[in-house]
Amino acid sequence: MNNKTLFDVISPIMVGPSSSHTAGAIRLGLMARNIYSRPIKKVEFTLYNSFAQTGFGHGTQKGLFAGILGHSVSDIEIKNIFDLVKNVEYSFNYAEDLSRHPNSVDIIINDEMKISGNSIGAGEIKITEINGFSVSISGNYHTILLMYKDKPGMISTVSNIIQSQNINIASLHCDRNEKGGTASMYIALDVPASDTIIHLISDIDDVYYTTQIRKLDL
Amino acid sequence: MSITTFKELKDAVITQNKTIWELTQEEEGVNSDLPVKEVRAEVLHHIKTMRETIKTGMASTEKSISGWCGDDCDKLIKRYTNNRALFGKLFEKIITYSLATSEENLRMGRIVACPTAGSCGIVPGVLIAYSEEYNLSDDEQINFLITAGKIGSIISNKVQLAGAVAGCQAECGVASAMCAGALAQTMGGDINIILNAVALAMKNLLGLTCDPVCGLVEVPCIKRNPILSIHSVSAVELAMAGIESKIPVDEVIDAMRQTGQLMSPMLKESSLAGLATTKTGLKLKEKLVQQ
Repeated sequence: MNNKTLFDVISPIMVGPSSSHTAGAIRLGLMARNIYSRPIKKVEFTLYNSFAQTGFGHGTQKGLFAGILGHSVSDIEIKNIFDLVKNVEYSFNYAEDLSRHPNSVDIIINDEMKISGNSIGAGEIKITEINGFSVSISGNYHTILLMYKDKPGMISTVSNIIQSQNINIASLHCDRNEKGGTASMYIALDVPASDTIIHLISDIDDVYYTTQIRKLDL
Repeated sequence: MSITTFKELKDAVITQNKTIWELTQEEEGVNSDLPVKEVRAEVLHHIKTMRETIKTGMASTEKSISGWCGDDCDKLIKRYTNNRALFGKLFEKIITYSLATSEENLRMGRIVACPTAGSCGIVPGVLIAYSEEYNLSDDEQINFLITAGKIGSIISNKVQLAGAVAGCQAECGVASAMCAGALAQTMGGDINIILNAVALAMKNLLGLTCDPVCGLVEVPCIKRNPILSIHSVSAVELAMAGIESKIPVDEVIDAMRQTGQLMSPMLKESSLAGLATTKTGLKLKEKLVQQ
């Protein structure tokens, strides 16, 4: 178990009432925003299990939407977010799926990217799926995400680029839909990667998509 | 090496001749790569937020999203306009500030989770009330909150601070224990007194369930905050007299973990038993679902 630090215990500064159902929801929204990293016009949420059942009383819907719009967990505007924002289309669906985490959500942005995640307690979150690829991104690290054609040597090519800039890799994970098909890689870093690194990686043959997901401030 | 048990904490305090907050701010400085001065500045920012929450909460009667709660602190303030609290001004302020904070939490106001949002009223209630009544300096208040945070972090090495994992003993119970140790420190208690205060507060909340109506952080969470803030002060008064917990604090935490494991999942934040499924609890839920 990781040792909790002082500020793990006397934080976060957040809007209430629940670290898992409010702060966690805001952070899931913020993380989806960071992953998508383009202007958002439309967003569709599906809340599962406890999120679906008790979300209303916890402001979970407000939190998810506010996060998508970039509001921090301590922003007191969140309670009135639906009155304040009129230019982003949103909808909420509710479902029960006991194979999923109790506090789980799917977020579809602009009908083109689907991001799933869980609020795992104490405001901590985990992004579990991006466009069908399973990932495990906590938001506690700067993370490079790339999609590419599954082939030998990709891990070393990418890690060499990162190493050449003297950046330490905290963790690296891969997934693929089928052998020789599309694969995904996400790399957690101690410090953010420069634009140069992102460009170098996106220039590798058979890399379809590269983005850097900023660490959440809180 | 970071300190992970109360025994290690006590040894470090004695061998290095430092206070808990001195050791902790140094450790935090190393962890977060910040000078101690900045760690303290950040802690002060948390304390200022706590004060703002209390002020906003005391001035509001806005109801929660469910509509169940939100005007109780106002009732308390009205009572104290014409009546003296049974145990004087400090008692009055502690329960008022604590209730103001937990009510502000339920109406989506800004709070400091300490250690959790559901238990956010306990530490600020005691810290801010005591600071006002005993004129504590900013530095003394910072020392209080650092000490409280360290106590919580040591407990969290053994038990995850979440109602879903170990019941409310791991939320409001831990908040009360953090608060007791920090207040004992502030009142000049030595390391033995501090650890006894923690043990006495914690020991008497073992088995506290998490059975909120409809899964919301409202019933019984809100009123539990002021009541357990006073609980922590009682533990401090005993400890300051030199009264010891027969079971040492690390063993109390072991017992708490075991109790949490043995507690039915129905009583751990699932709202499947206890207050949540009383006749009235279920009626409240039914009404809310209809909204």
